[in-house]
Amino acid sequence: MLRVNVFLLVVAVVCALGVVTSQHRARKLFQDLEAEQERGRQLEVEFGQLRLEMSTWATSPRIEKVARENLHMVTPDASGRGVPTRSEVAKGGR
Amino acid sequence: MVVRRRLQRGHRYIESPVLQLALQGWRSRMVGLLLMLAFLALVLRGFYLQVINNEFLQEKGDSRYRREIEISASRGKILDRHEEMLAVSTPMKSIWAIPADAKKMTGEQHQQLSALLELSISDLDAKLATEKTFAYIRRQVSPEVAERVAALKIQGIYQEKEYRRFYPTGEMTAHIVGFTGIDDKGLEGVELAYQRSLLGRPGSRTVIRDRRGNIVEDIGASLAPQDGQDVHLAMDSKIQYIAYSQLKSAVEEHKAKAGGAVVIDTQSGEVLALVNWPTYNPNNRDSLTGAQLRNRALTDTFEPGSVMKPFTAALALERGKYRADSLINTAPGRLSIGPATISDAHPHGVLTVAQVIQKSSNVGTAKMALGFAPQEMWEMFSGLGFGQAPGLGFPGEVNGRLRPWKNWRPIEQATMSYGHGIAVSLIQLARAYTVFAHDGEILPLSLVRLNQGSASGNRIFSSQTMKELRTMLEMAVQPEGTAPKARVSGYRVGGKTGTAYKLENGAYVKKYIASFVGVAPISAPRLVVAVMIDEPSAGGHFGGDVAGPIFSRIMGGALRTLGVDPDAPVPTAPMKNDGRRL
Repeated sequence: MLRVNVFLLVVAVVCALGVVTSQHRARKLFQDLEAEQERGRQLEVEFGQLRLEMSTWATSPRIEKVARENLHMVTPDASGRGVPTRSEVAKGGR
Repeated sequence: MVVRRRLQRGHRYIESPVLQLALQGWRSRMVGLLLMLAFLALVLRGFYLQVINNEFLQEKGDSRYRREIEISASRGKILDRHEEMLAVSTPMKSIWAIPADAKKMTGEQHQQLSALLELSISDLDAKLATEKTFAYIRRQVSPEVAERVAALKIQGIYQEKEYRRFYPTGEMTAHIVGFTGIDDKGLEGVELAYQRSLLGRPGSRTVIRDRRGNIVEDIGASLAPQDGQDVHLAMDSKIQYIAYSQLKSAVEEHKAKAGGAVVIDTQSGEVLALVNWPTYNPNNRDSLTGAQLRNRALTDTFEPGSVMKPFTAALALERGKYRADSLINTAPGRLSIGPATISDAHPHGVLTVAQVIQKSSNVGTAKMALGFAPQEMWEMFSGLGFGQAPGLGFPGEVNGRLRPWKNWRPIEQATMSYGHGIAVSLIQLARAYTVFAHDGEILPLSLVRLNQGSASGNRIFSSQTMKELRTMLEMAVQPEGTAPKARVSGYRVGGKTGTAYKLENGAYVKKYIASFVGVAPISAPRLVVAVMIDEPSAGGHFGGDVAGPIFSRIMGGALRTLGVDPDAPVPTAPMKNDGRRL
């Protein structure tokens, strides 16, 4: 009888320690998950900010300014304009 | 033996005379009972706290490790029809303080904080001087600055996440997009009109935190945050930019008070561009005036003048009383109706109906209109959307003024035929012109992108009449017409000028509103462009001279942007052999 009791006691202690370690491991993993999710959120925010920056750089007023001032481009008048026909467009002519 | 001797010297423990006394048995039983009762009381109390009334302890326990955290949701973006961003939220930090704690900071910290937050020392002190336990020091600080503030580790200074709205396209789209207040609440424009769908719903989760503040476990149910929905406007930001830059330069060139322009896709009824001048920068609203804020194209009405004549002509053709080549005598350029006289700017003599439109004769138009019953004229105007809000769901859109037909006098009917005694907004005018482009149907307008290809609306005129009217409108931009400057190279366009006196305190004054509304390409109409310039004071005041050229540039630019096939011969440069133009 005593032997069975001791055996059960040992089993109970081992189980208890197992619960503690697995709980600890679970929390560790959860923290890692949490950190990764936070990083994901951060990256998403950064992505949004970069997209915002991109569209700020790409606004029409700025494009026109750069085209006119840095690249010295001008709007062609009627004589400088040409309209390609559909077949020209299909051929990939510029 | 030593031990024995010692024992013999005193009493043996067991033989102590005190212990020999017989204690009364009830005393030990009494103590035992009392202890038992005390123990029972503890057990009962324990049972009560743990099982029956366990909320209190549960709450205490929860408050030590359980935290409910809010997951913030971001406001939806506003995008144009090609996914170009017009308004977007990005997270910022607000810096707040518990003033009593924060006052204890050192002089050095004090200076660093004020430098980082770009606040003067006195401003900073003023914010901390409050008796309250909470004070914002600065809101919407960029994340980088917030990190450096956090690195100062000042007691009593805290941070909170919040969102700030950015408008990359700035003043160009300010009137349509509008803006939000500091608490993410739409105050103007689409931000206000679509507040409900733009707004996100924050979620929450319940977690266990450890001693260091790390989240170690999720407990209970979590509520996922719902980000606000994106709104796709019908606007094409390229066309919007063309309209904006042309309008801006024209208002400056003519030293005008204000101006507006609207571009409508006549297949779907979508508003591709809507601009007003003056405008404002929604990212920096420090010195904002009412004049800048006004979305004139929607909220201001004016007497449109001659741009209304094509409707009168259309009704005249529709009723079969006139044909496009019917003759009307407009000599001597004056017409008396009762005590009043109306006149033409230039007397013309005998004109066909088409020429009345081409040369914009008030007398000719009035003669046609006097043949209508007031009710049918009112029904036409009302059918065209005058006197009622255009139904865009936009804040502040106005009805305009169209008086009930029952008390129209003949002179009023005559002046209304050429756009006086009736008040409309620019968007109403642009919308009414969709009948010419859409074969007699008036289209419902939309500020948001629609995914259907072609819309349909109420039929006002027959398609035959509209075909004839388009020819007349095209004549108006020929050299003999009122607006040769409105022509667009490569496309056949048609439209009508308007030059109206302004009404001030019920009397006409010598100030003008120049306008032009037109349709192109005439062979297969795609766009309606309406332009209005308020009080041009330099370089002429006639609609054809002031609004015509802007119309031409906006229309030309918009058609090319959309890739609409030209329907008129384009003067082209000769081609080189490799297919490139010189």
